[in-house]
Amino acid sequence: MTGAAGRVIGRSVARNEDERLLRGRGMYVDDVRAPDALHVAFLRSPVAHARIRVLDVSAARAHPGVTAVWTHADLGEHAEPLPLLFPHEHLPHPKTQQPLAVDEVDFVGQPIAMVIAENRYTAEDAVELIELDLEDLPAVVDYEAAVDQGPLVHADLPTNVAADGTWTVGDPDRAFAEAEIVVRHRFVCERSSSMPMEPRAVLARLDPGTGSLTVWDTTQCVLPVRSALVAKLGLPEDLLHVIAPDVGGGFGLKGYLLYPEELLVPLAALRLRAAVRWNEDRREHFLASNHQRGQAHTIELAATRDGVITGLRDDFVQDQGAFIAYGLITPWIAASHVAGSYRIPNVSVRYRCVYTNKVSVSPMRGVGRPQSSFALERAVDLLAHELGLDRAELRRRNLVQPEDFPYAREGLFFAGYPVVLDSGDYPKALELALDAIGYDGFAAEQALERERGRYLGLGLACYVEGTGEGPYEGARVYVQPTSGKVQVTTGLTTQGQSHATTFAQIAADVLGLEPDQVQIEEGNTAAFGFGAGTFGSRAIVNCANAISLAALEVRDKALRYAANMLEAAAEDLEVGGGMIHVRGVPERSVSLREIAIAVNPIRYTTLDPSTAGVERFAPARTWSGFERGDGPLLEGSAFWAPSSTTWSNGVHAAIVEVDPGTGDVRYLRYVVVHDCGVMVNPAIVNGQIHGGVAQGVANSFFERMVYDETGQHRNASFLDFLMPYATEVPSIEIHHLETPSPLNPLGIKGAGEGGSISPPAVTAAAIEDALAPFGVHVDEAPLDPQRVRALIAAAPGGAA
Amino acid sequence: MKHAVTLTVNGERVEREVEPRLLLSDFLRHELGLTGTHVGCEHGVCGCCTILVDGAAARSCLMLAVQADGVELRTIEGLAEGEELHPVQAAFREAHGLQCGFCTPGFVLAITAFLEESETVDLSDGAIREAIAGNLCRCTGYQNIVEAVRIAARAMGKASA
Repeated sequence: MTGAAGRVIGRSVARNEDERLLRGRGMYVDDVRAPDALHVAFLRSPVAHARIRVLDVSAARAHPGVTAVWTHADLGEHAEPLPLLFPHEHLPHPKTQQPLAVDEVDFVGQPIAMVIAENRYTAEDAVELIELDLEDLPAVVDYEAAVDQGPLVHADLPTNVAADGTWTVGDPDRAFAEAEIVVRHRFVCERSSSMPMEPRAVLARLDPGTGSLTVWDTTQCVLPVRSALVAKLGLPEDLLHVIAPDVGGGFGLKGYLLYPEELLVPLAALRLRAAVRWNEDRREHFLASNHQRGQAHTIELAATRDGVITGLRDDFVQDQGAFIAYGLITPWIAASHVAGSYRIPNVSVRYRCVYTNKVSVSPMRGVGRPQSSFALERAVDLLAHELGLDRAELRRRNLVQPEDFPYAREGLFFAGYPVVLDSGDYPKALELALDAIGYDGFAAEQALERERGRYLGLGLACYVEGTGEGPYEGARVYVQPTSGKVQVTTGLTTQGQSHATTFAQIAADVLGLEPDQVQIEEGNTAAFGFGAGTFGSRAIVNCANAISLAALEVRDKALRYAANMLEAAAEDLEVGGGMIHVRGVPERSVSLREIAIAVNPIRYTTLDPSTAGVERFAPARTWSGFERGDGPLLEGSAFWAPSSTTWSNGVHAAIVEVDPGTGDVRYLRYVVVHDCGVMVNPAIVNGQIHGGVAQGVANSFFERMVYDETGQHRNASFLDFLMPYATEVPSIEIHHLETPSPLNPLGIKGAGEGGSISPPAVTAAAIEDALAPFGVHVDEAPLDPQRVRALIAAAPGGAA
Repeated sequence: MKHAVTLTVNGERVEREVEPRLLLSDFLRHELGLTGTHVGCEHGVCGCCTILVDGAAARSCLMLAVQADGVELRTIEGLAEGEELHPVQAAFREAHGLQCGFCTPGFVLAITAFLEESETVDLSDGAIREAIAGNLCRCTGYQNIVEAVRIAARAMGKASA
């Protein structure tokens, strides 16, 4: 049952959050007013690996305007290493970071001492007064070499290999023994970072009267942060509130917990009985906020001569950085996606995480998917080349077919669930992409342009995206009797995903309202106490279904009360336009607001005469008093726990032009075919794809974290780290398929990360295709003009 | 040693005593409470802190408050007239040109300066992308911001060059 205007789900309505943000009325953590707050600055390690010989903070403590200076020695029990989130038998050598370094530093940017002062300027002055003497240790930079040679990052461990595990599907050894053809190659993706425009920030305020501590944090996960702080600081949950107000982008980086500052700033507020704030500056963000992407895959495909892929082996190594608090999440996600959109029945994937003297890695948009997709799709291209078979045809012959669903890969796991691809039409997606990019006519165009001295190339890649992991999310839906607005509260947070609009559309759809009549409250542990957070393309799948169920409860109640008020049978009523009316008799109607007023026996009609209007209806209840499940308010609450994960899928295709003289690469076309099930708001889905592709493009040709042989981070600023501007990101052409997921009532799948998965594979393939006359092979991401020129120079046809 | 500065911010006269090293961005945010001006890098590259200084787009993190003595500033808070959004703001909403909103004020002001600069504007994709290539956005991939520039130019009556 829906409003007169038709379904609200599926409409590209403008966003509820925009007006506020466009007027400069956003409320990011650093915008929260706290004029009395003390400010924090950190002394961070200037080197990658060293023993601390002298750490003397006495001059800093004596500096005017300084309240306190802490080293690990001042932290007491809080000097202990931060928690390991996901212990596992494949992780025999876990190491997590101490909030402030103890005796040794393991990466450039690691916090050593914390200055708390009247303002940031003074705090930074005092940091400069700290005497630090370090004895250099050899730095571990090359993670592949560090597997079995060279110095150790952690001297008390026998190895740099923190984790080592293997997953197997079917019988890969047999598949390779019986293969008619085998291809094998090593593919590498380099380190980058989520790099949200808003750096991290924490503000904590102790209310000396109540003893309650409120923490404003740029986190993607308020409830897990609260749980961690409750455990660490010993406050009960009613006295510890975590608020993520507006957050300026996260992309996974802000979903990590705990960063040292997230413990130290609240601890300072508690101990100093004050408000304390820390704002990360961009250099700190480069050095001490987590990175991702760095993986080297050695992948093999076994196939028949007619192009049926029968087996896959992947052995990959991850540049872990100095610590591994997030366990094996990233390698697991890489491994779970390693067979992509293909039927490959026999799979073996080995993952190793190797410590290096760099900042740790943790999930970043796409997590391990872009890397394993890069290895797989490049290997498929290589196999097509070896077989002399068209690369689109090879893909066509191996795609999971519509009748194969649910398609299980027994032995692989995604987010703790067995990998079972739930639905989709992968062949249709491929054909749509080939058609959109003009695949059939491209070879002729390419040949023609080559004669004119232009090097054009086409790249193609398929992907799957596991989304919607649980365990659950929930929502409370409530009709305000004062305004008639519907208030939806969840345990999530938002960093640009447009929840205030898409979640409003879900509730509006059920309650027959327009989305601007629904307001969404998130990111406040005091408002909603259960849930995990916004990450892993999971928010809409879990929360939209919870909101829908809660709104259905509200609708059922409203219909029951309305039937009484209108003296009609509930089955004769319709919901729409914020009203419930008798079918065919629109003037016999009652608004949601009037029902919300009528159900509350306390009405204050003399204080608010506008509530008196409900007297014209019959009583909302036909009984006296409340029965079980009844109450003075119109609300519903529900949780949604998925039985398994939903799998989005798609195909990317691009045409690039390469200038062999300068090594420059320009995208001429970029096509995305995307299937995330039922779309709540297509414009917002498109925005997610645009942003994901832009990050993927960055990982293809621009962004890398550059370290020298001493582990010094050499490009820790926006001047040197090439984050793409509008002039570098291509215009993206999107085609949608909508295969509803059978796993939830709304048929929704996640859409947050899909865009970021394929660009490195597509770009590499396109560059390789463009430079085919030189015999160039691309097996790394990102490239840059220098690398393109070096590849040409080293290629068989490049010497001329 | 503090210095007296007098300037106009969003049409209102402001007089303050400031430390010589205080950044203009910090002055706007912390002294005047105009937190719509965001700080993304403090080294003049990201453009989040872009404001209008005597009508021209400028990075407020690269100016000291004392350098703003005598100038006229416009920040995101002063762009809309009453209930009505400025055409650039309205275009961002129409085109879904913002997601997290952190870079948005800087983009809106840079684009406002760009569109107010002349009567005719080149609205080709390439020209618009050049015009906004002083600001970083991590959410949108820029495509809808390009579209917002086009919508705003039309609303502001700019002829296509």
